Amino acid sequence: MSESFTLDGKTIPFAAGQTIIQAAADAGAWIPHLCYHPEFKPHGSCKLCTVKVNGRHMASCTTQAQAGQEVESNTDELNEERRTLLQMLFVEGNHFCPSCEKSGDCKLQATAYELGMMTPHFDHFYPNRPVDASHPDILLDFNRCILCSLCVRASRDVDEKCVFALSGRGIDTRLIVNAASGRLEDTDVALTDKAMQVCPVGAILRKGKGFAVPIRQRTYDRSPISDIALKETSLALPAVENKP
Amino acid sequence: MNSKETNCAPCLEGDKLLHEVLPPILLRWRHAPTALLQILREIQEALDWISPEAIAALELALGLPRSKIEGVAGFYRFLYTQPRGRYRVLFADNIIEQHQGSASLIERMCRNLWVEKGKTSEDGLLSIDTTSCIGMSDQGPALLVNNRVVPNLTESRVDQISELIRREIPLSAWPDSLFVVADNIRQRGILLDSELAPGDALRSVLARTEREGLEASNARSWREGLPSGLIGPTSLIEELHRAGLRGRGGAGFLTALKWSACRNAALGAGKERVVVCNADEGEPGTFKDRVLLSSKPDLVLEGMTLAAYALGARRGFVYLRGEYRYLLEPLQAVLAARRAAGLLGQSILGVHGLDFDIEIHLGAGAYVCGEESALIESLEGKRGTPRNRPPFPVTNGYLDQPTVVDNVETFACAALIALHGGDWFAAQGTEKSTGSKLLSVSGDVAQPGVYEFPFGVSIAEVLRACGARNTQAVQVGGPSGTCVSAAEFDRCIAFEDIPSAGAFMVFDQRRDLFEVARNFVHFFAHESCGFCTPCRVGTSLLRNLMDKLANGRGSPYDFGEIEKMNHILQQMSHCGLGHSACNPVLDTIARFRPAYEQRLLHAAFEPAFDLDYSLAPARQMTGRDDAGAHFVQADTAEISNE
Amino acid sequence: MTATKKLRVATTSLAGCFGCHMSFLDIDEHLFELIELVEFDRSPLTDIKEVGDCDLGIIEGGLCNAENVHILREFRARCTKLVALGACAVNGGLPAQRNHFKLTEILEEVYHTSPGLANGLIPNDPELPLPLNKVHPLHEVVKIDWFIPGCPPSGEAIWKALTDILAGRDPDLGFGMLHYD
Repeated sequence: MSESFTLDGKTIPFAAGQTIIQAAADAGAWIPHLCYHPEFKPHGSCKLCTVKVNGRHMASCTTQAQAGQEVESNTDELNEERRTLLQMLFVEGNHFCPSCEKSGDCKLQATAYELGMMTPHFDHFYPNRPVDASHPDILLDFNRCILCSLCVRASRDVDEKCVFALSGRGIDTRLIVNAASGRLEDTDVALTDKAMQVCPVGAILRKGKGFAVPIRQRTYDRSPISDIALKETSLALPAVENKP
Repeated sequence: MNSKETNCAPCLEGDKLLHEVLPPILLRWRHAPTALLQILREIQEALDWISPEAIAALELALGLPRSKIEGVAGFYRFLYTQPRGRYRVLFADNIIEQHQGSASLIERMCRNLWVEKGKTSEDGLLSIDTTSCIGMSDQGPALLVNNRVVPNLTESRVDQISELIRREIPLSAWPDSLFVVADNIRQRGILLDSELAPGDALRSVLARTEREGLEASNARSWREGLPSGLIGPTSLIEELHRAGLRGRGGAGFLTALKWSACRNAALGAGKERVVVCNADEGEPGTFKDRVLLSSKPDLVLEGMTLAAYALGARRGFVYLRGEYRYLLEPLQAVLAARRAAGLLGQSILGVHGLDFDIEIHLGAGAYVCGEESALIESLEGKRGTPRNRPPFPVTNGYLDQPTVVDNVETFACAALIALHGGDWFAAQGTEKSTGSKLLSVSGDVAQPGVYEFPFGVSIAEVLRACGARNTQAVQVGGPSGTCVSAAEFDRCIAFEDIPSAGAFMVFDQRRDLFEVARNFVHFFAHESCGFCTPCRVGTSLLRNLMDKLANGRGSPYDFGEIEKMNHILQQMSHCGLGHSACNPVLDTIARFRPAYEQRLLHAAFEPAFDLDYSLAPARQMTGRDDAGAHFVQADTAEISNE
Repeated sequence: MTATKKLRVATTSLAGCFGCHMSFLDIDEHLFELIELVEFDRSPLTDIKEVGDCDLGIIEGGLCNAENVHILREFRARCTKLVALGACAVNGGLPAQRNHFKLTEILEEVYHTSPGLANGLIPNDPELPLPLNKVHPLHEVVKIDWFIPGCPPSGEAIWKALTDILAGRDPDLGFGMLHYD
């Protein structure tokens, strides 16, 4: 396949069926994202990967690459818009980095660093969300959930368990677990589940592991997410198909 | 209506559910997981809520994970996973109903029944809350009680309802007069004037077709051998093309193109084409589909059958909004009559391969399901989240099958075109907007109701027809449409000028257009599905900003923030709901800027909340009321409003 | 920046822990450079109690009581530009984690129902500032011009941000210096 599009003026080749974000990643260009994960069917909900395709805003994780597209990504305008989306995610939940075990390894935080987010800007919602510490090995802190639904997809499509799902609607959308009690301990979740590995933030955590790595040595202390994400992508397995 | 005279304890409810209620529901829906929403809705109707026992029973019966069932139940506003009383009263909260005085009626009923709005009464008898527009703006204020519509509310009606609830009279024993919904057809045109007998349009198409063409598209293998153009199905699409028919849901896509795209879409093994009628008329201020479905149901269902004939579809759905639950039985009766007349079922009118039937699915309080891909998700028994597109429904729709989703009015037009031909239809309206348009006229007019006009009618003409006086503005097409001020009343309702899905809300000089926009912004925040970040958070932020202005805390800073939010919603949102959530604000800023400016009471930034009030809990706990226990306003500007 | 007129700077700590001020002192030898460029008005470093007219106000901590709000408003009135310094000033920080409890319940528990309390009374001396119903970051109450996040921001980050501001630029911390923890 020798078809290509341009990304910020750079020529990006793509294979048939690839999305813009996939082709860009293969070519070593990082487009910010949170709900996209190379191993899963694109979801397109966080909208952080929005680029301009021939002048139109499109989510690059769900837009097929086509020959001759002119794609803008790393522009002041788009980065400003992405910062606003990040700020929305920060004020919608309760994100207190200093007391979060995921700090330094958190994709939300690292992406906000990369985009130079200095303030959450908006008035905080300070929602009243629970913490589920019922499971002996796993902590669920819903305060930090950004509703990317990666755990939902991983549990359904890879683990074939449906431990996680989204319920509610609108600003009251929330993550739930598959148990009548509503508690994680009553589900069949296992530490080895794929769903345990995909949370971009500190909502799903392994107990007894917190703060193991000292500050300045954690994932995104050492390199920015724009570098690390590309390395992760190149190691990724092919996308898992969505099961009805 | 299932009556609930017995005060059954929760422990008994499990038994009752398993043994009485659930089996017939499951049987009716063939234990299909794709019917999850319908099953939940019927459980809700029978038992007043979706209890944990019900979910557990469904988990077993449908083989679905509980998380999925809870996910679906949690999405729809008319499904309750917590008890909300045996009488659940929801007042329509559209701006039109507000102008009709709904607020004082809500208060009255709350006072009558000693219950706080939004809460369930302590005895579990009832709850009173608000909901989005229920399609009764021409006979409001209106409410839903356990999903039954009571229009034309007055103080005495509210007292009557309060009394019926207090005496715990089952809904089935309430006077019928409460539930009478009028059609209020004020002006008829080609659609509302048509006297089509069931089957007329179908027979007409068949009669115009060459003998050897009398095969439905369902008989594909046979049809493929025929010279194209000779046969009925393609000639029907050709007529639609000549008619220039465009979708009546607002977007105005050419129906012939949609139908051919679906007809030509590749069919995978075991897949077939599907026809869906979008009767999820959720746009506030719209009710013309309700009137079509109650006054001309055969026209609509015949249009669907014609679509099936043209596409080669065997399966059809009407997705009827939950607010129109009362239309379910009448529509089912029409379907039964059509089956008996050979107009639905196997070999319709004796045509080989023309096998088609229609199932009615009800929504359950989710405006976003009017978006066609969200509607399809909902038909599949899922949360009504709009899909990523492409692929489009015409190739990958219901259960991944080629699907046509059209508005109620579009199907009705298609039936007329089949009957009278494309040229006849195209003779009305404008070049780019052929035919007529049904308008749902409400608000400050003498004669609210449904008006049919040829496309291209000016706003002024409509206003004259409905007896509007001192009109300040018209909201055409509902909150996601266009707000038009008096200076533009010569503009036309047509796809090339102001497109409309049918709402026509009239506001006279007394009305505050800022408050109109604020009501619409609340509507979008309430109806956002929550899937994408910009809409989920942005509609709430926009609502908070409009409330901040309304509360007299606005400054030019907030105005800038509103404009920023408008931009993000428009550019970044996943679907039309988010894209258009800011339309009412943008339109009213452009046309009624002083309504905003007079609310920017402060030169400098002010907090959105009342600082002094934020000391109230501490004052209460300490008993202090000295000067140090209060804030003085930093800015001396006067705080008005509310 | 010319050395003709020094910028007048005030600092304060509201609902914070003074950690950001400690981190400020961590700019070490840059303090000598800084003192060439600015002079301090009200600040824990000077012990001046009332804020005068300033070019720049640097505020650590969020708003948890009436006094915090009074001081913040004074700063806003007196300072041309305001900087929110550190996590608490930027998003409420640790104190804001009380926001999902009701204030009345917190006071009840702390002064009435906690074990070991005898005749517990909620302090009601008019000298004491009343707590706000919710903890707020600074920007929810007054306009803030710049933000330096971090818990605390490193001395290096503070110095970079200050030199940017003194040079008339928006602070740009970049990788390694921009931290929320």
